[in-house]
This record gives sequence, C-alpha cells and structure tokens, in this order.
Amino acid sequence: MTKKGLFLMLPLMAMLSCGKEKNDSQSTENASAETSVTIKGSDTVLPLAQKEAEELMKADKNVSVTVVGGGTGVGLTALFDGTTDIAMASRDLKTEEKLKFSEAKQEIESVTIAFDALAVIVHPDNKVSQLTREQLEGIYTGKITNWKEVGGEDAKIVAYSRESSSGTYEFFKEEVMDKKNYASNILSMPATGAIVQAVGQTKGAIGYVGLAYETKEVKQLAVSYDQGKVYVAPSIASAKDKTYPISRPLFYFYNKANAAKVKPVVDYALSANGQKNVSEIGYIPLN
Amino acid sequence: MKTNFKNIKEKIIETILMLSSAATSITVVLIVFFLFIEGSGVFSKKPIEDGFLLAVHSTNPINKLEPEQVKDIFDQKITNWKQLGGKDQPIVLFRTEDITNFYTDEELGANFEHFPAKINEYVTKTPGVIAFFSDKYKVSNFTGKELDIDKVKFFEFLSGEEWYPTAHPIAQMGVKALIFGTLWVSFGAILIALPIGLAAAIYLSEIANKKTRNILKPLIELLSGIPSVVYGFFGLVIIVPLIQKVFGLPVGETGLAGSIVLAIMALPTIITISEDAMRNTPRAMKEASLALGASKWQTIYKVVIPYSASGITAAAILGIGRAIGETMAVLMVTGNAAVMPSTLLAPLRTIPATIAAELGEAANGGLHYQALFALGCILFLITFCINMIVELVTNKKAHKKH
Repeated sequence: MTKKGLFLMLPLMAMLSCGKEKNDSQSTENASAETSVTIKGSDTVLPLAQKEAEELMKADKNVSVTVVGGGTGVGLTALFDGTTDIAMASRDLKTEEKLKFSEAKQEIESVTIAFDALAVIVHPDNKVSQLTREQLEGIYTGKITNWKEVGGEDAKIVAYSRESSSGTYEFFKEEVMDKKNYASNILSMPATGAIVQAVGQTKGAIGYVGLAYETKEVKQLAVSYDQGKVYVAPSIASAKDKTYPISRPLFYFYNKANAAKVKPVVDYALSANGQKNVSEIGYIPLN
Repeated sequence: MKTNFKNIKEKIIETILMLSSAATSITVVLIVFFLFIEGSGVFSKKPIEDGFLLAVHSTNPINKLEPEQVKDIFDQKITNWKQLGGKDQPIVLFRTEDITNFYTDEELGANFEHFPAKINEYVTKTPGVIAFFSDKYKVSNFTGKELDIDKVKFFEFLSGEEWYPTAHPIAQMGVKALIFGTLWVSFGAILIALPIGLAAAIYLSEIANKKTRNILKPLIELLSGIPSVVYGFFGLVIIVPLIQKVFGLPVGETGLAGSIVLAIMALPTIITISEDAMRNTPRAMKEASLALGASKWQTIYKVVIPYSASGITAAAILGIGRAIGETMAVLMVTGNAAVMPSTLLAPLRTIPATIAAELGEAANGGLHYQALFALGCILFLITFCINMIVELVTNKKAHKKH
C-alpha cells in the first residue's frame, strides 16, 4: 500500500519539482546573471566551496554558482564528461586520469586553493603519543593488533577508517599505507564526525580525520615518515611549512577552454577574502 | 441523454483508475527488471578494471592467478614467485603511475607518446615483474606475458568472504560475509523485539483500559515516524558505549548494537499488527472461555494467542522485513567491518549499509556499481521470500475463519 502510494506520488513530485525549476530559472533571468558556474566533487572541499560561492554571489550579482558534492572521483568524471565547470578534489590527478584527459585532448588546469592536514587521533587515555608511518601501515593492514607492539598498554587496537567512497580513505591508503589494502576487520564509519565520536568513547581506538575536526575528546598523534628520527605533531603551522608529512593540497580543476567562464570563481578562491574563508572553515590557507 | 453522460463520466473515471494501477504495476516491474539487468552484469565482467591487463615477464612459468593471489601480491603478503609455484624470484610490482620512478618526463614524451614502449622495455628487463596497466599502452609486439583472468563467477560471488570492491588491481567480490551480517542483525533484532512487542500488544488489546490504550497506541505509532538517522545517532551515542561497558568489549559498534536499534524501529510494526490480530478474536470465543471458568490469563494464553497466531507471525515477519532493509541506523552503529560474523558482539556489515555507503563513488555502469546492484538483487530476493511467507500465513488465517 505504501509502495503504491509512493509511486502515485512520484509524478506529482516530478511536476512540483518541474514547477520549481521554472521559477528558479525565471528568477535568475530577472537577476540577469550572465554566467552560471557548476562546481562538483570532493566532500572535503564542499563546505569551503559552498561558503565561497555564497560570498561571491553576494559580492557579484552577475555570477551564479552551484556547488555539488559526491566525492573527488565523481567530480573528475563530471569534468571529463563536461557536466561540470570545476571539479573539487582532495587529491592530485592520478596518472591514469591525466592520460584519460590528454587522450581526449582536454587540457586541464589545476589550482591549489588550500591545504588540509590529516590528523591521526586516539583516545585521550592512550599512552602512545607518536607513531611511524610503518606502524600506521601495520595497524591498518592488520599486522599490528595490540598497542603494546607500538609501546602502549596491553590492549587491542580498534582501527576506524572512512568508507571506501571517501577521498580521505583513498588518500590515507595511498600516502600512509603504501597502496596496500585495509584489513577486512577495520571499522568503517560513514562520516568524519562519527569517527571522532567513536574514537572519543573507545579506549583502544585509532582513527584519522581532517585537521578541521580536532576536538578535546580525542588526542592527536605525532607522526614520523623517516623511520622514527623526527616526529611532527599536526598543526596549522606544521602543515603550512610542510614538515607535517600527511598533509594534502585541495584543488579546483577546470578545462582550459573554459577558463574565462570560471575565472571569477577561481580568482575569488585565491583572493584575500577567499583565503580568509579557508581558515574559518578550518583548513590551512595558501600563505 | 443524461444517463449517457453519466455513463461516459463513469467510463472516464474507470479508465483513469485502471491506468494509474497499470502504471504502478509497470513501474514496479520495470524497477525490478532494471535491478536484475544491472545486477547480472557483474557476472559478464572480469574483476580487473575495464581495459586493463596484468602481465608478467615472458619467462615466468605462471599463466593464471586467482583474484585473491593477485590482491596478496599487491598487498605484499606474497613477495616471491616461489610461493605461487613459480621460480625462486622476488616479485617486483609495477603500476602505471610507477613509470615516473624509472623514466623522466622527457623520456616519456610531452604527451606520453613513448609510454607504451617504455612499459614494454621495463617489463622485458625485469624478470620478476608483475605489471598492471591499460591495454591502450600495450605495444603491438609486447614481449611480456599477459595473465589470464576469469570472469566473476556466480558461486564465488556468493561464497567469497572478502569484500574489497575497490581493491587494485583486482577487485574481491565476496558477499557471504555481508549476507550473513544482514541476517544476523535482523534475526537478533527480531529476538529482542518479538517478546517485548508481544507483551505490549497483549497489554494494549486485553488488559489496558480504553483511556490508557488511547494514549499509548498513538505514542507507539509515533515511534515509526522518527527518521532512521536519529535512531542511528541515538544508537551511536547511547547504545554503543553502553554495550561496550556492559560486556567489557574493546569496541561497542557491534551486531548487537544494530540489533537493538533495529528492534526499537521494528517495535511499532510488531505491536500494531499483532494487537490488531488479537482484537479480532471474536468476543463470543473469549466469553465462552470465561464462562467455562477460565481465568483472564488462561483465556489470553489458550484462546487469544492461538487464535491470533497467524497475525502474530505476520507481525514478526513484517518486523524482520523492516529490519532487513534498514540502512542508515545500521550504517552508523554496526562498525561496517566486512568479516564473517561469529558473534553478535563483534562488528559486522550489512547489505543495505554497504549499498548506501559505496554507491556514491561507484562509477556508473562499472563493476563495483553492478556488484552493488547484485547485492540489491540478493536483498530483494530475501525480502521477497519474507513477503511470500507473510502471504502464506495470512492466507492460512482466511481459511481458518470459514
């Protein structure tokens, strides 16, 4: 019965949404917006791009910007298909993607709009305060299962990760785990907020989150990428001067043929106002 | 003339009604058709990314590898060809993007025009190599040996325990752990919800006075109006730490947490349907029982419950149905580790949670996408069986009445 009701409602909803669309296009016509730009991709970049789009539209009535999430991969596919003007990405292009674009004779321009550091977090009661990249790899590939193997108490390690649709998941796999696969007993959470929540209430937990999500309920670890010679704690300063190893640039990608159309958006992202938004959202500005 | 007009009006209304029901049925059939077409696509594909190939050195005696072996090689769990029955030779991994470690950009050319030749050169000079690259970059006189890769097999899809749909270079598509995870959580939920739901239904239909009932029933029905993400968040913040503390577990995101949240969500269905069934017990039967000297409890136990048994069964099965398809709440509290469940006190992963979490990134029409649709087919078959059982049970009830 409910199913039938739903299907009866579908055409109705479609009609309603059609009507709405019409109104939208009318109102934009009235405002005489000359360019409308679509931005699509990484959920990490999404809040930043949204904020900047709002402010840009407030400042410049001639530009209308639509921002859609979905993940880095989704954005790059849309850019390739020409269904978006700008792709947001939390990682650089893979070699295969570069080849795909160059084969299709599309010239892609990349703009770094901010930096993000990935912080490794544990429960605040955990004695361990630093790990090497190799130890992190061991933990996430399932080779290291007890905290005493890395200098902590005798307790089981509970490792949290993001879902495989996340760019952060991909980034961690590439940069920290040397492209190896996650062990199958790693717990995966649907959102970064859920990881912070889970790590904060689970004693043996470890997880990774963007620097913007730092809270008092969890402890951040210092990380070493040179077999334990130098450990660096994640902070805005250490990510800026690139001493913190697990930091990543956030990108806008666009087609060079489209440069004139996207110029206002890109210019705003790099402007002083745009970069102020970067720090407000919790990422690291370019300079 | 007037009757004629009335006739036409009736005809028009009839046609509209018929069309809308036809449209509904056709839509349902089309959706199921689409689901199965997309889902069956997975079995016509190789688990390797489209247009990519795995190649080894021409002198390597190995011709064929299982998906699991390929994954272990690229995870560096297998590091010597000897472990796979080949020569005593360390395995050298090569992915397309590694090419820049061996050759400079000038050597590869500005538009990667020398790419194929360089890959061929590298494979030829490295005896222990296993190379993963697109067949667009395979030169016509390629000197390496291409490995044979089987298509995804139906039986392996169902029986495999490894779920790594995004693993490179070969995806691991084993859904057994997911199917079992779904069933475990759902049956755990029904074990918790059924006794509580039954008790509540008996109280509401037989014991509570009209005033109490009029307050309680809408309250219970209100439970089903709460969005599932709220249940999920409630589970994550309250139930998960509670389970962790009570059972002394290292981690609270478990099958049990999922079962409890689902039980709460299935309760309104179970209570409403079984209460209706109990209230349908003919007054004459209850009065006859009481007249024979049976107490109120005996009447409930010996008359009302047996009479409404089929309704109660239907309630339980519909409750399971609700639990099996539930997505968001389960996604948040079960931990989503794709391992075979052996106890409810460990993390597990269900089919709906997997589809919800992964469909966003799965490329349209790709192997991962089709595998998720195949998961949807499995889920559809499970709920279809459950609905068939409900149908059978309620039909039996109709016979009983006559």
